[in-house]
Amino acid sequence: MFGGLSFDICPGQLVQIEGANGAGKTSLLRILAGLSRYGFEGRVERHAPLLYLGHQPAVKAMLTPRENLAWHVAGEADFGAAAIDAALARVGLYGYEDVPSHALSAGQHRRVSLARLYLSNSPLWLLDEPFTAIDVDGVAALEERKAAHVAAGGAVVFTSHQPMRGNYNVRRLCLRRGLL
Amino acid sequence: MSAPSLPAFCLRLVRRQLVLAVRRPVEILNPLLFFAMVVALFPLGLGPDPKSLASFAAGTLWIIALLSNLLTSDTIFRGDYDDGSLEQLLLAPQPLYFSVLAYLGAHWLLTGVSLALISPLFALMLNLPLEALPALVASLLLGSGVMSLVGGVGAALTVGLKRGGMLISLLILPLYMPVLIFGSAAVRAAAQGFPAGPQLAILGAMFCLAIALAPLATAAGLRISIDA
Repeated sequence: MFGGLSFDICPGQLVQIEGANGAGKTSLLRILAGLSRYGFEGRVERHAPLLYLGHQPAVKAMLTPRENLAWHVAGEADFGAAAIDAALARVGLYGYEDVPSHALSAGQHRRVSLARLYLSNSPLWLLDEPFTAIDVDGVAALEERKAAHVAAGGAVVFTSHQPMRGNYNVRRLCLRRGLL
Repeated sequence: MSAPSLPAFCLRLVRRQLVLAVRRPVEILNPLLFFAMVVALFPLGLGPDPKSLASFAAGTLWIIALLSNLLTSDTIFRGDYDDGSLEQLLLAPQPLYFSVLAYLGAHWLLTGVSLALISPLFALMLNLPLEALPALVASLLLGSGVMSLVGGVGAALTVGLKRGGMLISLLILPLYMPVLIFGSAAVRAAAQGFPAGPQLAILGAMFCLAIALAPLATAAGLRISIDA
């Protein structure tokens, strides 16, 4: 799909991977995360724990948002009820903590998974189309959260077709026909 | 904040799976209902003579238990694959071996253990001698553990396929055969008044081997399926 790719991601960087549909944005992100290991030749060195949010929000319809975060399969710390409620409030799910997730919309499922951005202490975030199904206010809040994470010494790699709305210092990687 | 310890994480996974199952009781009840239905069909097909029923009871009960396990093993990772949870599980810092063991353990508790505990009721319907009941429960407990663990390997390899149901049967059915042979032999021996210990010991050995090896194969299978 692509070749000749070589880059570093350093603390404090906000990296946007761009490219047409099918250019390999998701594949690149999955290789970075370590989910694709058999299909590519090359080397990925990871020096920090990472948080990966894929296309699917990994939200169980039969669990409430609070349970989804408390029992998350990603194996992060026990966050505690107060921290989880605060994170859900930050993503606009105040009052929905105990509603079964099957009663929530697609955008709200996405918001439950985005709440992990307020809980996790992983320095490297890999976000695949994080703006999908998120409304305008949500996008602004998410952009702010990413900028704050980068300012605090973290790094964010995300795929998106839209340029960020706010005035942020974004490094762009553009995949075109397998080249950078 | 640091990552939870391994036992805490595994307990969290088991609890999550159990809560999910309790909120969708159909998935627990379906195998039991299947078991009840097929047991009820046998006297209709074989004739109601208690003696002939008793002579077939051990093998019949074990075959139905095997099939009902086969029906559910497809679902172990299916939901988590569809909603993206499986990717997150693979990225967790804890070793996948133990996470997988927690998933398969939860599956065993929900299908095998519940079936083993309720099996004496079905055994009486088929006129199995009372003295064979302890051997039946013990052999089903051990044997269903092996079947859940082995079924997990098949489930992991076929979870990426849209219709993996038939393929999973072909993959794991041969591996179920030794379990069926020694499981039903244990019950038959007990029904004829012989000790069932040797057969149960072999089932126990299979269980230990499966605990040691099946999660390794399952974890590798999941990594391949998620990569495809």
